[in-house]
Amino acid sequence: MKPLLEIERLTVAIDDAPLLSNVNMTIAAGEIHVVFGPNGTGKSSLIKAIMGLPPYRIVSGDVRFEGKSILHLPIDERARLGIGLAFQQPPAVRDVSLAALGKALGIDKRKLHDEATQLGMDGHINRGLNDGFSGGEQKRSELLQLLLQQPKLLLLDEPESGVDVDSLKLLTAVIERLFQRDLPIRERTVGGIIVTHTGSVLKHLHATRGYVLVNGRIMCSGAPLDIFDQIAENGFGNCLAEAQIKEKIHDFLKG
Amino acid sequence: MTFSKDKLDLKKVGYDETGETPRSASFLLEDDTARVSTSKERELVMDSMRRARVDRPWVRELEWSLVDPDSDEFTRLVASHEDPAGNFIHVLEGAKIRFPAQSCFLLKADRNEQVLHNIIVLEPGSELHLITGCTAASYSNAGKHIAVTEIFVREGATLTYTMVHDWAPEVEVRPRTGIVVEQGGTYLSNYIALTRVKHIDTNPLAIVESGGTARFNSILYAKEGSHFDVGGRINLRGVGSRGEIISRVVATKSSVISRGLIEGKNADTKGHMECNGIMLDEEALIHAIPELKATYPDTELSHEAAVGKIAGEQLNYLMSRGLTEEEARALIIRGFLDVKIEGLPQSLQKVIDQMIEQAMAKEAI
Repeated sequence: MKPLLEIERLTVAIDDAPLLSNVNMTIAAGEIHVVFGPNGTGKSSLIKAIMGLPPYRIVSGDVRFEGKSILHLPIDERARLGIGLAFQQPPAVRDVSLAALGKALGIDKRKLHDEATQLGMDGHINRGLNDGFSGGEQKRSELLQLLLQQPKLLLLDEPESGVDVDSLKLLTAVIERLFQRDLPIRERTVGGIIVTHTGSVLKHLHATRGYVLVNGRIMCSGAPLDIFDQIAENGFGNCLAEAQIKEKIHDFLKG
Repeated sequence: MTFSKDKLDLKKVGYDETGETPRSASFLLEDDTARVSTSKERELVMDSMRRARVDRPWVRELEWSLVDPDSDEFTRLVASHEDPAGNFIHVLEGAKIRFPAQSCFLLKADRNEQVLHNIIVLEPGSELHLITGCTAASYSNAGKHIAVTEIFVREGATLTYTMVHDWAPEVEVRPRTGIVVEQGGTYLSNYIALTRVKHIDTNPLAIVESGGTARFNSILYAKEGSHFDVGGRINLRGVGSRGEIISRVVATKSSVISRGLIEGKNADTKGHMECNGIMLDEEALIHAIPELKATYPDTELSHEAAVGKIAGEQLNYLMSRGLTEEEARALIIRGFLDVKIEGLPQSLQKVIDQMIEQAMAKEAI
């Protein structure tokens, strides 16, 4: 069976400024990969580049979804293949409501209403998307849209940042649903990447693999909770030290 | 035979000939001949101006009391006609007309010049919802529609006036409208123009007396080769009067001047204006001219205006949900034009919603 997503030696830039360098990652259905890293290190850039969003320019490498390269595809075709992104800070689209978007996507009105109600967003269905939404409402709106979209590959950008404890419980439950945590592992068809710096969504999710992204490169990888514990204890210090050694080796080999 | 085509055109501007939608009264003017003038309500008179001038001599006294015949060449042209065609509407005192009345001005003959003078009078305490559709019979003809309309909303009366323009690419349209809203009266105007036209310029003036309210809503989709110069002026003359002007403009390969002027001339007056525009391409021009004028200290006037293209991040966001760029753009424009109008009956709001849907479907942008 082909992996859901393969990222191979991916190098990404904005104009001529490099952002990501030589990133490799393979995600199978049922797997959750978690990306940690300091602010501004390229975590969001990675998942936005997978989605095909501007201004990210693929310099080299490949991204394959279910075995096929998607780099030539526009954003909407990637979405229709089954890739879904929850934005960390979605833009306000004042003139388009959730109801209008749902209608345009052919989503059943009742399903939209039921899912929105479960997420406490039923009062927001006819409001402009993200227009005046609080941080927590934005997160719920993003996950609601993914519930309706039902992607195979989930790209969640800081899904828990800036939300209170009660909302976190709700959001974690939705993320578990999105990743089909109620199904036996073998039956799961959905996988994805979660970008997080708090790690608080990881407790119940049993993520498959964790990475630390520093200066656009994956410097450490391993069991997500171990990495998270290390970060909680020492910040990114251990990984940065490791990264510096790797950097020196890299420079040495380069000659 | 163009009869069926005409029927189709009339439905598009909200004029229902089939009787499917309840209407209290109907008036249809074809070029300068009144084809239909009927009313189901005893307290609502729907007639041609030519007959009204004969049957009700007082109508003549109202003519040119709100619009200066010397305003411009078009008013002078109307004034030069001895007995111009037009629509006369009179709602008697206290009558609250349940179903909307409809009128339609059809430009049928090619290269015709339709010159009209309309009078609408709502007596004290009366209420009317009026939908007026103006259209050309086929899309191949050229012509001119020049109309003076004077509207009298007497004390405590309420008029919602929904006007739909659906012309042809070579038609010139010059409405000149004056409104007086007497004490405690309400005038709510919705102007919708979503199809190609050579030139429309209209800048109605509402004079609002004590406790009265005037609102102008404009929904404009200016398409290739069109030139719109559309606005509204509200003169808050009476104590405690209110005014609001809201315009939503979408322009592609066309030019739009969107005007608005609110004058606060008395105590406790309030006015607000919103001019928003979306530019769809580099060949579009939107010139928003919102003006506020205060000549009395105790007046509160405000405006906001925003003109620009659709933000790329909004398109990308909607595309990330699976919409193509064209679908995302259309969805944003449809939402932008979808202004829910307070106080409008659901049936008329539905007409407006359908028109926006049709305009969007036809454009397939």
